Amino acid sequence: MYQTGMTPPQGVWWKPAHKSEKVWATVAFVWCMVLFAMMPVWHLRGGQNPSGIRAKVDPTAFQARVQEFIRDYQVGTDNGFPVVAPPPGSDVYMIGQMWAWLPVLQLEKDVEYTLHLSSLDVNHGFNLYPFNVNFQVVPGYDYGLRIVPTEAGEYGVVCNEFCGVGHHLMVGKVIVTDSETNVASRPAAGAEGGAR
Amino acid sequence: MNPFRRCPTTGLDVHKDADALIKANAVAATVALLIGGVTAVLVLLTRWQAVHLLSDVWFYRILTVHGMNMLIFFILFFEMAVLYFASAVLLNSRVAAPKTGWVAFALMLAGAAMVEWAMFTGRADVLFTSYVPLKAHWSFYLGVILFAVGAIFVTTIFFATLVVAKREKTYSGSVPLVTFGAMTAAIIAAITLLHGAAIYIPTFLWSLGIMEVDPQVYRLVWWGLGHSSQQINVAAMVAIWYLLGGLTVGAVVVNEKISRTAFVLYILFISMASAHHLLVDPGFGPSWKIVNTSYFMYMAVLASMLHGFTVPAGVELGMRLRGFTQGLFGWLRRAPWHDPGFSALCLSVVVFGFVGGITGVTFGTEQINIIAHNTLRIPGHFHATVVSGTAMAFMGVTYYVIPLIFRKKIAFYGLAKWQPWVFSAGMLVFSMAMTFAGTFGVPRRHWDVTFSGAPFGVEYSAAVDLLFAVMAAGGLVAAVGGAMYIVVTVSSVFFGKPLGDETTESALAGAVPPGLYTRPFTELPARTPKLKEHGKLGTMPGTMILVGVFLLAFVVYYFANWKLLSAMWQIG
Repeated sequence: MYQTGMTPPQGVWWKPAHKSEKVWATVAFVWCMVLFAMMPVWHLRGGQNPSGIRAKVDPTAFQARVQEFIRDYQVGTDNGFPVVAPPPGSDVYMIGQMWAWLPVLQLEKDVEYTLHLSSLDVNHGFNLYPFNVNFQVVPGYDYGLRIVPTEAGEYGVVCNEFCGVGHHLMVGKVIVTDSETNVASRPAAGAEGGAR
Repeated sequence: MNPFRRCPTTGLDVHKDADALIKANAVAATVALLIGGVTAVLVLLTRWQAVHLLSDVWFYRILTVHGMNMLIFFILFFEMAVLYFASAVLLNSRVAAPKTGWVAFALMLAGAAMVEWAMFTGRADVLFTSYVPLKAHWSFYLGVILFAVGAIFVTTIFFATLVVAKREKTYSGSVPLVTFGAMTAAIIAAITLLHGAAIYIPTFLWSLGIMEVDPQVYRLVWWGLGHSSQQINVAAMVAIWYLLGGLTVGAVVVNEKISRTAFVLYILFISMASAHHLLVDPGFGPSWKIVNTSYFMYMAVLASMLHGFTVPAGVELGMRLRGFTQGLFGWLRRAPWHDPGFSALCLSVVVFGFVGGITGVTFGTEQINIIAHNTLRIPGHFHATVVSGTAMAFMGVTYYVIPLIFRKKIAFYGLAKWQPWVFSAGMLVFSMAMTFAGTFGVPRRHWDVTFSGAPFGVEYSAAVDLLFAVMAAGGLVAAVGGAMYIVVTVSSVFFGKPLGDETTESALAGAVPPGLYTRPFTELPARTPKLKEHGKLGTMPGTMILVGVFLLAFVVYYFANWKLLSAMWQIG
């Protein structure tokens, strides 16, 4: 009647399942459909999706775009890295390269930006500390993520994709300021170029 | 000379070539396990910031060695042995092409040696994934190709052996479930190895400067190899679960249709599942991500949930048929927990399901991947699947392979009895500590998470330091468990006492696992006794309760992660 999995079954083994098996198979199937439904539902109702605007880009062209971005909106330096305060709602850029993130971004709380991530050389990983937000940064691909920083403060950008022996030295920075305090400290309207 | 020997324990005719090929591949697997294990300790003692053993260069180098030896060499050599066992041995057949089997073994050995050389001489500091355009020496890629070609040969020999056995009528009826599961693994292996060829041959040419490889296309195709190879492990592991259940307690197949259909679901849907490595990549849109990682992957998840029921249900039913009918869990209480094959089976099922499975499906959700990708949560997950699950099952079955195939008594049998407990407990603590550290955003594959020397400071919560200490403690206990395994297997195989033709308990007790002299797999009751219905829980009430607890844990962990995600910056 019953046998182990080591014995060849004789005759037709396509027989009706046990009742317990049917119950569990149904429950498991329904649960899998819940797992499936959650993703489209989160696209409609949730605030965190990895969709973004995606395009191929030449790494050196992306680097030139980042340099232009730094030139236009630099407001100072931090530890030798340019600090860039782009206008609210604009496209902002960050490039990963062995072994640094450029530039330091200064953003405003509760304002939407499109953050473009790419790499000059090899794969890098964007990890936002202390929030745990992670994206893959691939050379030749521009990942434009619409982000709304929801809390003011200083954030670290840790590289979490192995990129060579200096991988662990690759830490960047994002500063998020409250909109009100920022209005006072920002250069007057029309002089958004900052330290051009 | 008769090319077969009659196994006194199982009554099966064992082809001597199958014997020899299984032995060779199992020994090679153990050597890889030893290298992988020593490097595991070095990696562990470096990531534990309080010790921080290796230099940066050697950390990344040794991490590469650890990944390649464990995930490729150990696992695949062992699986080659499983393929010979599940075809030739279980079907009473000869191996279809033993000479080709030895050529394949030589190719795999040469490929592995080439890769080891490249890694240890610093020519391949690219980690296991070797993402283009991070470049290794061409010998690294060529070594992987040779190894994969050897594995393709063995896979082909497996299918040919099935044909030979069928044609020569070495068995009647359909192939046993264990062989069916191994066949699933072999089919997935064929798909996987084709992906491997599709990515490593261009990458090899790229390393010689002959052609270009797009970094995103590399990630796409490479994961067709990298993840599908884990599905070979899953299918092989589940086949071993059925085998161990049969060998240790005479677990029955509750329903051949359900178990076999679940294996077929693996074949149909598992390849798409590798897309879950690309959920936060820039090269693919949301609909591609959802279709490939959810809708299709969840059919493979369904398959695992079915096996997660049928394996314990088979044990429960097998025990109940033999009269262990007390209450809901009498069958489990009176199971042979001192049998290392049985304890390894249970520990493998539980840790694979509760820790590896639940975390894996949760992290593989498109949006939740944002808070998991490339953090310590990922190695936390896969150490629970591929180590606590697959490796544990493989270790458990070794205690039966040594007497059945090597015809040796188990040396230090007392040590062997404890080995699954030590190994599994250590790995459980290790992988859970790692997973929790990952929720703080601690990156995987990172030499120094204090970031000394970096331009900007990042300081993790004090809880991370504590979790690192727990991770190290668990990891070291697991390393002791791994060392126990190697001591027992190497001593048994090379210095152990021959088993002889004895099959009685008095001759074998304390020298081999009890399944070999109680032989529950041949001693099934002639007539099926009437099984008691436990109300709505049916005839397998214990298993119903166990899978209910599992589902509850799954639901809680899954929705807790959505809650965690909703606290992040808005991203779209």
